Amino acid sequence: MADRKPAPPVDPRERLAGALPSLRAFAISLCRNVTQADDLVQETLLKAWRNIEKFDPATNLEAWLFTILRNTFYSSLRKSRREVSDPDGAHAGSLYEKPAHDGRLAMNDFQRAFDQLSPEHREVLILVGASGYSCEEASEMMGVAVGTVKSRASRARKKLAELMHLEKGEDLFSGTDGAMAAVISKSAVQG
Amino acid sequence: MKPTKAGNLASRSALRAQIDDNLRKVYEAALSEEVPDRFKDLLEKLKAKETP
Repeated sequence: MADRKPAPPVDPRERLAGALPSLRAFAISLCRNVTQADDLVQETLLKAWRNIEKFDPATNLEAWLFTILRNTFYSSLRKSRREVSDPDGAHAGSLYEKPAHDGRLAMNDFQRAFDQLSPEHREVLILVGASGYSCEEASEMMGVAVGTVKSRASRARKKLAELMHLEKGEDLFSGTDGAMAAVISKSAVQG
Repeated sequence: MKPTKAGNLASRSALRAQIDDNLRKVYEAALSEEVPDRFKDLLEKLKAKETP
């Protein structure tokens, strides 16, 4: 009897279209720029298509795609950080630009604060806080230890809370935040 | 003036819940965006190239 392998259930490439909404959502969360996110999704789809044999169909397709996408994002980020001499990552912190045809990312306090996080912080929060991945799964996708995922998520949440001035439960003008006080006093001088 | 340790823990976990809630909202807002046709078009083009 010929040793015939059963036909594979579905070509994984047929499943790529189904993963588009979440892949794009992840890209938008990372980039905070819809134009950049769409370019990233496009590149990810091409890479996924060309490397589909590397995907084990028994594993999570979305996780595989997310990993390709975030690796692509960070390698071009590293490249642009090198080109813009930016040792402290000050430029990277302001990578968010208004999308060309604006208005689609509705702004509120949380989103504004979220935008100011580093991409690494946004990534970990989206993976474990919003996409429902476990720390173990996230650690594989991010290529770091599980402990790093947890500490990074913790720092990211703390940073977010600071950005929203939630930590001390104080409003914008009664805090002892040095930076805020400097801004207020500076505007008072100019006023 | 620091809050009590117990108060700190309670408010930290409430804060965390609030953050996670907002994170899901941000993510879901992005999920609900309509996916542009260009991606489905790309996939179809790639598939068409493959057929002999």
